[in-house]
Amino acid sequence: MKNSLSRRIDVLALSRSLSDGSPCRTIDARQVMRLADEAGVTGRVVEVAALRQHVLPDRYIRNLKTLSEADQIRLLESAVCIVGQGGLGGLVTETLARIGIGRFHLVDGDRFEAHNLNRQLFSSIDHIGMPKTEAAVMRLKTINPGLEVMATAAYLTPDNADALMGSCNLVVDCLDNIRSRFALEAAAKGAGIPMVSAAVAGISGHVTTIFPEDEGLETIYGPEDQLTIARGSETRLGCLAPGVNLIASLESAEVIKVLLERGDTLQNRLLIVDLADYTFETLRLSGTTAAKKASATPQATAKKQRHFS
Amino acid sequence: MTPAHVRLKLFASLAPLSPENVDRVVISPGVSVKALLAHLDIPVAKAHLVFINGVKRSLDTRLNGGERVGIFPPVAGG
Repeated sequence: MKNSLSRRIDVLALSRSLSDGSPCRTIDARQVMRLADEAGVTGRVVEVAALRQHVLPDRYIRNLKTLSEADQIRLLESAVCIVGQGGLGGLVTETLARIGIGRFHLVDGDRFEAHNLNRQLFSSIDHIGMPKTEAAVMRLKTINPGLEVMATAAYLTPDNADALMGSCNLVVDCLDNIRSRFALEAAAKGAGIPMVSAAVAGISGHVTTIFPEDEGLETIYGPEDQLTIARGSETRLGCLAPGVNLIASLESAEVIKVLLERGDTLQNRLLIVDLADYTFETLRLSGTTAAKKASATPQATAKKQRHFS
Repeated sequence: MTPAHVRLKLFASLAPLSPENVDRVVISPGVSVKALLAHLDIPVAKAHLVFINGVKRSLDTRLNGGERVGIFPPVAGG
């Protein structure tokens, strides 16, 4: 079957030039789905097969050459769990689907309400009352029906967190309260995978990345057993689209950097943003000891490749 | 004693409590961040994250003047 898929890709490949003039062989997004149907596999599998024989799925042309062919394959082979499908989660999911992450597990027990319409990408008048994960799955199908998407319409709790991690390579924290974030962090550490974490209030927020060996959320929110609050400034300031979308974009960029092991990640650092005065600053979360430790163990866990069963 | 100054940046819901002249907040050298916030009527309980010159520090850290001090309240929205 593989050989015949490979031959079919070769036959359907088109010779063209990239915008910098370099030659390139591509395959049309609709042909990818046709071949997937013929071969009884997902479009993602066809995209990977095409890339391996140096045929670029045309949907990724504008990812070149910031992303190499090998990078694109690595992203398509990656499985990312996105917990929370509200303001952060919607835009992170959309962005990662478009850039070419191949496998998703989307988690949220909430349904859309009218007060989500100011920022949440997958919310719409027609979606009020609809489970957020259902709208997210529908959206991803319209962007790329070849993606492998699992969805769980349930809230994350300490009891189900481990199961929800499944066999993902990385988890993205798009939650809206502190306790669930700690539950997610514990599960990510238990699964041995990195967590990209962000939070927003008004038009400000912060982003960081927590590897299993890191102190993590405790450095931001204090010790979990001393938590007296579930929520933060957002209860007074709301969450506005420019702040949420910006922080979600930063989270998405960080996911790509961590998965591709590009370095200069936000491990043990906190990127803070405030659109009120355009503050962008990356702060060191721990003193020199932890910073030294971080540079001595460069994201070993990101190398861990795990697969959907 | 010559007065010392710090630059103070309050984030999110603390921003409206910023004193005038945030770039030159007068301090007595050796004052702790906690004492400075109390002096400025900024609720210490809301000062979850304290950054001095771009590095996380605690409320007990003492200031000598010339530092950049950033204070974040808890932020948890998504």
